[in-house]
Amino acid sequence: MAFTLAFHIILVPLGVSWSVMTLIANYRGVKHVDPAAMLLAQRWSKYMAVTFAVGAVTGTVLSFEFGLLWPRFMGQWGAAFGVPFAFEGIFFFTEAVFISIYIFGWRRLGPWAHFWTGVPIAVAGIFGSVSVVAANAWMNAPEGVTLDSSGNVSDVDPMKVIFNDAMPLMASHMVIAGYLVGGFMIASVYAVGMLRGRRDRYHRTGFIIGFTVAAIATPVQMGVGDALARWVYDEQPTKFAAIEMVPETSSDVPEVLFGHLNSEGEVVGGLPIPGLASILSDPGTGTSTVVQGLDEVPADDRPTNGEVNVTHLAWDLMVGLGTLLFLLTLWWWAAWIFRRDMPRSRWFLRAAAASGVLAVITLEAGWTVSEVGRQPWIVYQKMKVEDAATANTGIWITFVGVVLLYVGLGVTTILVLRQMSRRFREGDRVDESGVPYGPSEPTDSGPPTDKQMAPLG
Amino acid sequence: MSTTAAVILFASITTYAIFGGADFGAGLWDLVAGGTKRGERPREVIDHSIAPVWEANHVWLIFVFVLLWTCFPQAYSSITLTLFVPLTIAALGIVLRGASFAFRKAVFRTRDRRNFGAAFAVSSVLVPYCFGAIIGAIASGRVPSGGKAGDPLHSWVNPTSILGGVLAVLVTAYLAAFFLVSDARRLSDEAMVAYFRRRATGAGVVAGLVSLVGIFVLSNDAEYLFHGLLTRALPLVSVSAVSGVAALVLVHRETRRAARIAAVGAVGSLVVAWGVAQWDYLLPESLTVSAAAAPSGTITVVLVAAGLAAVLIVPAFVLLYVLDQRSLLPEEGVPEPPLVPPSASGRTTRAG
Repeated sequence: MAFTLAFHIILVPLGVSWSVMTLIANYRGVKHVDPAAMLLAQRWSKYMAVTFAVGAVTGTVLSFEFGLLWPRFMGQWGAAFGVPFAFEGIFFFTEAVFISIYIFGWRRLGPWAHFWTGVPIAVAGIFGSVSVVAANAWMNAPEGVTLDSSGNVSDVDPMKVIFNDAMPLMASHMVIAGYLVGGFMIASVYAVGMLRGRRDRYHRTGFIIGFTVAAIATPVQMGVGDALARWVYDEQPTKFAAIEMVPETSSDVPEVLFGHLNSEGEVVGGLPIPGLASILSDPGTGTSTVVQGLDEVPADDRPTNGEVNVTHLAWDLMVGLGTLLFLLTLWWWAAWIFRRDMPRSRWFLRAAAASGVLAVITLEAGWTVSEVGRQPWIVYQKMKVEDAATANTGIWITFVGVVLLYVGLGVTTILVLRQMSRRFREGDRVDESGVPYGPSEPTDSGPPTDKQMAPLG
Repeated sequence: MSTTAAVILFASITTYAIFGGADFGAGLWDLVAGGTKRGERPREVIDHSIAPVWEANHVWLIFVFVLLWTCFPQAYSSITLTLFVPLTIAALGIVLRGASFAFRKAVFRTRDRRNFGAAFAVSSVLVPYCFGAIIGAIASGRVPSGGKAGDPLHSWVNPTSILGGVLAVLVTAYLAAFFLVSDARRLSDEAMVAYFRRRATGAGVVAGLVSLVGIFVLSNDAEYLFHGLLTRALPLVSVSAVSGVAALVLVHRETRRAARIAAVGAVGSLVVAWGVAQWDYLLPESLTVSAAAAPSGTITVVLVAAGLAAVLIVPAFVLLYVLDQRSLLPEEGVPEPPLVPPSASGRTTRAG
């Protein structure tokens, strides 16, 4: 489950933000008669066709897995957990319908009519991910449910479930992350192209669109992330203790960079910055801010030392990489403000080329903080993971199968996208209109496949 | 109120069976279209037919799952506990199918296309079989409720499930053939019209024969369902049989639109007949609709969502199908410019 979610979450930024970037390029292309932007929009929509399909099927697998892996969780909490998904379904429908129209409508629809068919994709992308995150936020802040004496859900207040306490901040954090990661991913591709000497208008436009989106999202994300951390400090002190790796409750808590907890539960290694964790938790009270430690709750109800280490490391990664990306966007803004042009340095392009991968790592780290930090709870303080999971013995076989399939899927997706881009680059003349199988290659003497079966009927 | 939710659930299943089913069936015809040369033209028609719509059609499945786990969490948890094997196979099949189909359009080498095409086509048969088997398992009362798992193997390897699986594959093939006749018509390819008309007839006849055998299977293996089919659901079963035959007659008389409607009616009423036959059980005979239902707050909000969906989604779907039927969605993107496009620098054909 975690694995498939981790895979799916990479596709989310693309689904949320790529459509917006394509529309920006499309708008430029139509409004300012910019052929380079137009070509970008057209090609991006072809890539989107592939990534959206992969996102759609991996999303489907998730809806199977909720039941296959967490049957008891779904049985008990489905009535509440499912509510946001009912709305997500609507947005996903909208997205799927309009993405088809947009991708297939280039040739026959008028330019502006076609542009407007793309807008619902972007809107639905935002609301769709908000809905999904609302469900996840509910796991952190389970509200709006009434339990009867046997612990079953007897009544649900849907508004409280959707607009739970954690939802506004978590949803903003995720949507902005979508733009941030998507922007850096796109920009990094064109940065690589520019480093290889392709410094034409086409690459420049692609880079500027991607990086500008990321450069707007990143500073906002710093603020939202900070607010979210304070929310965790207030509402999920145990998770906060894991994040900051605080074994015992105290004030004047140092911010430890890296390091880990040993088997005794003591902080080992790392680089402590005195008092900083307290100051950041509540600047108003400074170093005297008390940070609740892990020891406040029984060992059974808090993450294990190993989980604390993972959470803390993921937190350091997220904040560290996020800060690096932020500095990169400062460079970008400084260049635009003072010189009215993008930075010329090759080092900037090199950093930008790395930013796509770094942003994905940041995203995954952030997701790890949220999920591992909540352990051992699946529904915060209401249900533990072990009580939610399936008892089926085949689970490991399924898991291995799923991992293999997804690794294959990931590699194939990247290969296919690369092949597409090589194809575009070479400007190959071969008819693209698509003969599904084409004629056999003369050299192809492989074993007969099921294609050679006789037709029925 | 739980009844309304159940009706919406079955309506979504029916919609998925029709639109999603037709896409799966097209995959079956792709599978049996023969070697690369002989199968080239049918596959082109199939590709052309399902490419713009399959993702939107596929979302119905997700909607079904969401409805099921939100409105009837107990039923969802029982089904997934017992039937995890066919569900897992179906999930893998869906990934293979969707991804391969998208990849097949995106790659250019014949060998790659063939491999992705094969994965797409094989999984197009596998997935409906699994869903049919799952329906068979539920309908024959092999999924117990109340947090216990049923037999992991025999719950879906049994006469009713096999019947369900085979029938699902045949029915999707039958339905797809009608859609493909219309699409071939739009492409003005009379040879392909005749080609898929023959296949519609073949699939229809075989499906009819299997249904006849099915009567005996169900009378022995799924008594509650059998009883329901012969009483409450009998009108629907009759409608299904009559429109199934009528569709075949109509398609040979060149009234394709009517034929397609009749074929959709045949499949739709068959699925609805299943729902009516096992009413008011969600899992015959252990969990009723009302017992499985989520608290009223949840059901209300889902009904609101469904109403919203009807307002927002239905027009969007109509738009998609109308544009598609008017051939306004011909192909992905635009043809790549054969020469360097008119632009400031001379190297704009290069992409990252």
